[in-house]
Amino acid sequence: MKRLLAGLAMIFAAHTATAEEVTTYTLDNGMEVVVIEDHRAPVVVHMLWYKVGSADEPVGASGVAHFLEHLLFKATDVLESGEFSATVARNGGNDNAFTSYDYTAYFQRIAADRLELMMQMESNRMNNLQMTPEDIATERNVVLEERNQRTENSPNALAREQFIAALYQNHRYGVPIIGWKHEMEQLDLDDTQAFYDLYYAPNNAVLVVAGDVVPDDVLALAEKYYGVIPAEDQLPERIRPQEPPQRAERRITYVDPRVSQPFLIRNYLAPERDPGAQDEAAALVYLAELLGGSSFTSDLGQALQFDTQTAIYTNASYSGSSLDTTAFSFAVVPAEGVTLSAAEAAMDQVIADFITSDIDAARMESIRTQLRASQIYALDDVSGIARRYGAALTQSLTVEDVQAWPDILQTVTPEDIKAVAAKVLNRDQSVTGWVVSSEEEAM
Amino acid sequence: MLRIVLSLCMIIIASSARAEIDIKEVTSPGGINAWVVEEPSIPFIALEIRFRGSASLDLPGKRGATNLMTGLLEEGAGDMSAQEFQTAREALAASFGFRAFDDTLSISAQFLTENKTEALALLRQALVEPRFDQDALDRVRAQVLSGIARDAKNPNDIAGAAFDAAAFGDHPYGSSIDGTVESVTALTRDDMFEAHRNALTRDRVFVSVVGDITAEAVGEMLDDLLGALPDEGPPLPGDVAFGLEGGVTVIDYDTPQSVALFGHAGLKRDDPDFFAAYVMNQVLGAGGFESRLMTEVREKRGLTYGIRSFLVPKFHAEMVFGSVASANATIAEAIEVTRTEWARMANEGVTPAELSMAKTYLTGEYPLRFDGNAEIAKIMVGMQMIGLPPEYVVNRNDYIDAVTLEDVNRVASELLQPEDLHFIVVGKPEGLESTQ
Repeated sequence: MKRLLAGLAMIFAAHTATAEEVTTYTLDNGMEVVVIEDHRAPVVVHMLWYKVGSADEPVGASGVAHFLEHLLFKATDVLESGEFSATVARNGGNDNAFTSYDYTAYFQRIAADRLELMMQMESNRMNNLQMTPEDIATERNVVLEERNQRTENSPNALAREQFIAALYQNHRYGVPIIGWKHEMEQLDLDDTQAFYDLYYAPNNAVLVVAGDVVPDDVLALAEKYYGVIPAEDQLPERIRPQEPPQRAERRITYVDPRVSQPFLIRNYLAPERDPGAQDEAAALVYLAELLGGSSFTSDLGQALQFDTQTAIYTNASYSGSSLDTTAFSFAVVPAEGVTLSAAEAAMDQVIADFITSDIDAARMESIRTQLRASQIYALDDVSGIARRYGAALTQSLTVEDVQAWPDILQTVTPEDIKAVAAKVLNRDQSVTGWVVSSEEEAM
Repeated sequence: MLRIVLSLCMIIIASSARAEIDIKEVTSPGGINAWVVEEPSIPFIALEIRFRGSASLDLPGKRGATNLMTGLLEEGAGDMSAQEFQTAREALAASFGFRAFDDTLSISAQFLTENKTEALALLRQALVEPRFDQDALDRVRAQVLSGIARDAKNPNDIAGAAFDAAAFGDHPYGSSIDGTVESVTALTRDDMFEAHRNALTRDRVFVSVVGDITAEAVGEMLDDLLGALPDEGPPLPGDVAFGLEGGVTVIDYDTPQSVALFGHAGLKRDDPDFFAAYVMNQVLGAGGFESRLMTEVREKRGLTYGIRSFLVPKFHAEMVFGSVASANATIAEAIEVTRTEWARMANEGVTPAELSMAKTYLTGEYPLRFDGNAEIAKIMVGMQMIGLPPEYVVNRNDYIDAVTLEDVNRVASELLQPEDLHFIVVGKPEGLESTQ
């Protein structure tokens, strides 16, 4: 046990009622372990996060990260196909998985005394999956149907895909997580096996265990099941093609007869939360709230939905949770009889006015209060806390960054917001998308 | 006189987890009941309020009135305009949600201990002193009309609307609570006040509170919050028989993946066979990857991303219902497999191993639901609405465990009628035609 203690880093959040209790360890093979205690219910959430997502896929194999996620529920050397989930269910638990640009995560929610069984099975499928051509053929149809359901049947999702593809000129964030259909259709055993062999390893994983558990017990189990798996020495450094300086705005009109109501989207490239550098991201959170957070009190809502009847819906949004450059987004749904160009002009006027006006102190205070309160409300959802840590740690942030974030949010000033607005709201780094049911609506 | 009628510390015991919750039942001096769980560890309170009736109380020609009225509850109250009301709410960092459903008007609130008095005073104004200003009415009406237009082009909503209309006809269940373009366009401020008067009444209110507050304090605040509402609402609609016969209806829509909804008559929530049916459906199509429908349609054949079946015991009608989506070229096969599985379950029932697996899942999963203030509050108010006592949380797993193989298989053969299943399919399905 001594060598364990050497690698042990314990970080206790302040013992107030407004912070989660978190303990972290690093196993000798490089696997990170995060334990979040919540003893209100005898439940545990066991999540294994791999630091690999769709933006890490090889060229031409889009969708392989997500496809592989599906295949992890098939047979291993000791588990039959489907046995993993069936075993979780037989023990009264639920399980699932999800894939994003930056991570792939597997989780179970179950009675706390079943944690060891979860670790036993999850650690088994880290290295011992036995993919067959039959599984590949059947499950490829399932993910194609998933794409049908999420994207092909949804004009808004298809439009979004086009807009994001245009926003990123070099980065893989321009490729959809689920994959382009023509590449998904070609994914085979070689693609999934190569991806699995390279990226599914303890030194590329973060274990998050949250709920009615004791940190030392979790560590002992993690050592027993995950600690014995050798690190992958071929694991590549996580270097992705970055965006070049963008020099011209892009405009797209997506036409689909299934669109019921024309609307417009504007996406700007925006900085993400980075280790030790989260200030700009924090200011962008305020910027989104001020410009389009609430339809009643934001600048867009007031100008387009109250002072005038230009729009029936307005929104500005930003999430700093991303490994690489992310987006700051606007959406406007014009009112009946208002053209998209008039709605866009009104939106741009609001943005221009924001740049030249002072920020209302009462609104700053209100947003600050809401952000502080959101930390309290978040404590009610231990699975949500687990997801927050898992996502952050697979997107290059540290536990210290996660725990510093609420305080950083509280210290944002109007000057910070004005500075980041001037930097980010640059049309040369933007895509404006119109979504219409016919060419006439785009006139 | 404030009474705490019942305080039970309940331990829900499954084969694995034990959930302990202490439900206190409290009655205000004015006679309003609430269930309370005191949970002081996080400094906030989750409050859930339900009113029975909701959109089923829409008056003739006023379809959509309750839904629109509910959307307007956050749009100004007392002496505050919509923006003033929302500014006040944001400053308190409270969240209020107002939603209308077929039979239920739901209010979900969360607020901090530190300003709970102010938050409750604000919520009270929304509930008992709404303004229904004309500009707010017109603004929210435009949003509702936009939603109606969107639903008319969404395959899932097209299928849902067709299914409801065919199954329930003129009963409120037969049409969307949103109303039609015509009915919503015609709604007036007076209609809003009338819908409010009819839908928010003390005889149909249910309340649960979980969080950093005592049961005694809840009892004291109930009369302030809800006491000014009218005593009684108008009569509820009657029951309606499931009116759709077996068959297929294809609704032509140009989209790559066909969406299918299917169902037939079901059974009531208080039917003695409900738990047997519930366990049966767990094996048939409610379970995750393990259900027969998921195994046969998705896992073995790759025909869909998801297929599910549900028992739907509503207040005035009952059905067994399901949904599946598959590419236009394969939806016919997905439907064929679904019919086959429906018949296999009706004819053969479940195996002892399937029964055991379903029971251990259902009893193990139940305590996991009680894992947050907001979750517990939602469960408790839902129990009150269907007439379950607080002790149900303790006894529920016994009801599941008491189900026998004979029960399940008898109920499967009685309840599941493959020839009665009607599929409403929206898309361009290949090899599938409407019956008659």
